[in-house]
Amino acid sequence: MYSKKVVIRYTADNVDQPIICQLVKKHDLDFNILKAQILPRREGVIVVELTGSKENFDRGMRFLKEKGLQVEPVSKNVSQNTDKCVHCGACIAFCPTDSLYLDKQSMKVLFDAEKCNGCEFCVMACPVRAMEVNIF
Amino acid sequence: MKKYRVTKTYQEINEKIRQGKAVVVTAEEMVDVVEKHGHVEAARKIDVVTTGTFSPMCSSGAFLNFGHTAPRLKASKVWLNDVQAYGGIAAVDCYIGVTEVAEGDPLNSVYPGEFNYGGGHVIEDLVAGNVIRLRAEGYGTDCYPARKYEKNITINDLRDAMLFNPRNAYQNYSCAVNMSDKTIYTYMGVLRPRMANANYATSGQLSPLFNDPYYLTIGIGTRIFLGGGQGYVAWHGTQHNPNVIRGKNGIPREGAGTIAVIGNLKEMSPAWLVGASMLGYGVSLYVGIGIPIPILNEAMAQYTSVKDEDIYTQIYDYSMDYPKGGALKSLGEVNYRDLRSGEIVVKGKKVVTAPLSSYYKAREIAQILKEWIERGDFFLSEPGQSLPTGSA
Repeated sequence: MYSKKVVIRYTADNVDQPIICQLVKKHDLDFNILKAQILPRREGVIVVELTGSKENFDRGMRFLKEKGLQVEPVSKNVSQNTDKCVHCGACIAFCPTDSLYLDKQSMKVLFDAEKCNGCEFCVMACPVRAMEVNIF
Repeated sequence: MKKYRVTKTYQEINEKIRQGKAVVVTAEEMVDVVEKHGHVEAARKIDVVTTGTFSPMCSSGAFLNFGHTAPRLKASKVWLNDVQAYGGIAAVDCYIGVTEVAEGDPLNSVYPGEFNYGGGHVIEDLVAGNVIRLRAEGYGTDCYPARKYEKNITINDLRDAMLFNPRNAYQNYSCAVNMSDKTIYTYMGVLRPRMANANYATSGQLSPLFNDPYYLTIGIGTRIFLGGGQGYVAWHGTQHNPNVIRGKNGIPREGAGTIAVIGNLKEMSPAWLVGASMLGYGVSLYVGIGIPIPILNEAMAQYTSVKDEDIYTQIYDYSMDYPKGGALKSLGEVNYRDLRSGEIVVKGKKVVTAPLSSYYKAREIAQILKEWIERGDFFLSEPGQSLPTGSA
């Protein structure tokens, strides 16, 4: 089984089409919507976790791109600004996916972007605004 | 007077530092030294133990003198990047406090407020060498006729800039939880409902005043690492309270001693003074402080070997108990080893913990101070007067 969290961006041309429905029907993928903002006739962003065989997932991605949608992994949209981070750890109790954690050896706050689901709880919990999320 | 088997003086230790022979370890390293050799032998081997803490510390700020203008102005109101500084000191002196929020900030009218900029950020911008918009207003006098002054400045344009923090480096601090049904936004960070998280501060075994619990060496005039430069303990801090319940090891089991600190802001760095925005609460400043503790005798070796598991604090409810004021009811005691493990048990419930102090930066400070002393760039100073010790 393959599973990945992706950010799918719609444009005015395709935001009204039931593309996610077609995607899961045609390519036999499970989906879990983590976040969405749809502005009819203008644009839309949807953060979704897709699960299925790797082959189906890859075909699904090609299908989305053919439909004119932009697809990227969530991890590309969330980052820890390590110049700003003071490694206090105020964020870690808020991270529901444990992608932010305190390394017991170095006592640094580390960020595993692959685990992140883009909830943004960390953004405001951080006193120095070191977490940067650019989904919406 | 108690007889010690090992005795050293400040002068002897400083002479060793001068000769590059002083043996310096951090408070973390001292734990192992005493465990291995015992405190008497450790006192013979070790000359100085360095400590560190890096945490948001309200009750901080800086006195600034921006130099006389032409024509002269008696600035009664002063702003730096739209953050008001207190001008009622003298003509061109002011005090910028770290919790002052920028004018025009929506505060908590859009709840919870973001508090993106304030006094703490002004101080960070100053030490970073960034340009700051200075605005000042006066009412005009015969000797100070100007009414207004506005200029872009950097810290180099200031005649004097001194960090002066009336209450820092709290000796112990409570652990905060929220027992209500809604999220609350406090100076202890965001606390989720039904005790979903417990927030705590201090760097535990690395924290300065935990390593000298009766203030036997940390006193008025003690030279310290402050914000990346060298500063001094100026006085006991506001709210200093040595008379709290202590463990057998002398460590207070709740907030106790504090220090007021002073230093030249122009020698400090933005790595160790960082503006903080506490969601729904306000602004503050992360301050980095490190204090060297001379091992004058085996008692100091014993004190500086304190471990996280021997340091306890109280857990308080910040939803009802804290805001209503008066005496707080502890929900239980917890030690710093458990707090740092990431999970504690409060009233039978597992609660995730989150620190507000950076242990990583505290460790770096203790390390830097150690290197300064080893290189002979930092000498110990004997306090001119002790901090109030209460009934030790």
